[in-house]
Amino acid sequence: MTALQVAIELLYLIASVLFIFSLKWMSSPTTARHGIWAGEIGMVLAIGGTLLNRGMSYHLIAIALVLGTIIGVPLGRVAMTAVPQRTALSHAFGALCVTLVGSAEFYLRSPDISRFMMSVLSLEVILGGLTVTGSLMAAGKLQEILPQRPLTYRGQNLVNFVLLAGAVVIAVSLVLHPEARSLFPFMILIALAFGVLLIIPIGGADMPTVISLLNGYAGLSAAAMGFVLNNKLLIIAGALDGSSGLILSIIMSKAMNRSFTNVLFGAFGQVQTSAVAGEEAKPIRSATPEEAAAILSAANRVIVVPGYGMAVAQAQHKVRELYDALTKRGVDVRFAIHPVAGRMPGHMNVLLAEADIPYDRLIEMDEINGDFPQTDVALVIGANDVTNPAARSDTTSPIYGMPILDVDKSHTVMVIKRSMNPGFAGIDNPLYYLDNTLMLFGDAKAFVGSIVRELGGGHG
Amino acid sequence: MNSSSNLINALFIFALAGFIGFEVIRRVSPLLHTPLMSLTNALDAIAVVGAIVLVGMHESRLSTIFGFIAVVAATSNIVGGFFITDRMLKMFKSSRPAANPVDKPVTK
Repeated sequence: MTALQVAIELLYLIASVLFIFSLKWMSSPTTARHGIWAGEIGMVLAIGGTLLNRGMSYHLIAIALVLGTIIGVPLGRVAMTAVPQRTALSHAFGALCVTLVGSAEFYLRSPDISRFMMSVLSLEVILGGLTVTGSLMAAGKLQEILPQRPLTYRGQNLVNFVLLAGAVVIAVSLVLHPEARSLFPFMILIALAFGVLLIIPIGGADMPTVISLLNGYAGLSAAAMGFVLNNKLLIIAGALDGSSGLILSIIMSKAMNRSFTNVLFGAFGQVQTSAVAGEEAKPIRSATPEEAAAILSAANRVIVVPGYGMAVAQAQHKVRELYDALTKRGVDVRFAIHPVAGRMPGHMNVLLAEADIPYDRLIEMDEINGDFPQTDVALVIGANDVTNPAARSDTTSPIYGMPILDVDKSHTVMVIKRSMNPGFAGIDNPLYYLDNTLMLFGDAKAFVGSIVRELGGGHG
Repeated sequence: MNSSSNLINALFIFALAGFIGFEVIRRVSPLLHTPLMSLTNALDAIAVVGAIVLVGMHESRLSTIFGFIAVVAATSNIVGGFFITDRMLKMFKSSRPAANPVDKPVTK
């Protein structure tokens, strides 16, 4: 090793340590912003070190860095509601980078490529390729360019399995005969097609799990690229990203009481039609904003249960006003956050933080569930399935076993909803027919706005 | 250096880094899962270093073109990822006065 190589490796080492600190500091909102600094410094050192390599010509690199920055800045400025599709898109970009580098390495090195190297390289481009198209599909569904309903057809899993097997067969042939360069593009094409088909049958409600899973794939493919290039920094960054994606997907699928295989191979949102049967008109009770305001101001403890519907209605700023008005009257207001509320892990927290609701008022499901029996009012805004008591009791319900927020145990439940239509996943919610439930029909933003006006108007 | 010892080293690093990743990420507050994902996304774009070498070394036309696109894609992730993570984290404010910023982890 020359002195220069040692210097570059040392810079990579410092960057690796900084990356680990960067994630460590994400453990709490008070330190999280140091994490960004650590990550940024690590990134600058690593890129700087790479540029020191001998024999590099810089003008194309400079152009590419500038172009990337021009694309990156607007992607950093999207609205908070659009963060899930932005994240999916960036998984696609990351995987695109990995796939392209892997392909270029193959054409530079083959046929002089060891069996192990070829295996890892195949893994890199297959994982990378399917993540590119899979993430683009996920982004399209989240952006609602593509239909959010799961598309299923007979023999779907068989087709997917055959495709994947085909890619593996090509990979094995390339490992044995790395000179068969003409096979390589087919492996990439199959991986790309597989990514599309993998996401087609997945419905909108499963997006948090899918985004996390794609995050994990992107990380693993980057780690594989580190093996191919014998770059330790890449292996470390890829392993960190991979374990992050994996942990988040485990949390998400637990929160929906579903296994990975079930998310990937058992399309959600089609079984439900049978469950809605038995349409005898059940009695419901509804209330006006005046009545709702009176009940809320008489309460001591209120828990707000926000769902993605709140964000769609852009009601979070009105909810903040409600929080202020009630807090001023001495009411204890907290927010119960289900792990899958929103369209990606932690999305609801970001949406509420954007509306200036303090983060120590946002409580996780496991911590707040025991408090519902002592709660005067649970106010459900734009959430549905995560409050459905059928998940606890009704074994025939498609969401049976999913952990839910026990809103039905509070003294009074108020549900803001446009109409009695079943929610996103199309499952009827027995919560709405309980004796202690009041339905508040209307647009979330407008309804919360009128409650706030009542509260303000009552006491000047 | 022979390639099999490289490989063994690489496997050690992967296993240990995966373990560190698991332990560190497990402690991340669920409050911050969205910024966590955009941050890991930005860090993962470190793949840009491989792409930079491809572009800089000009070994073939194909590798230069692929490398160029790869640098653009990864750079946009780095810039956009750090930028949006910072925007998100700035929004998280506590209701308690900031006078006592003790690092109290939100998770157990």
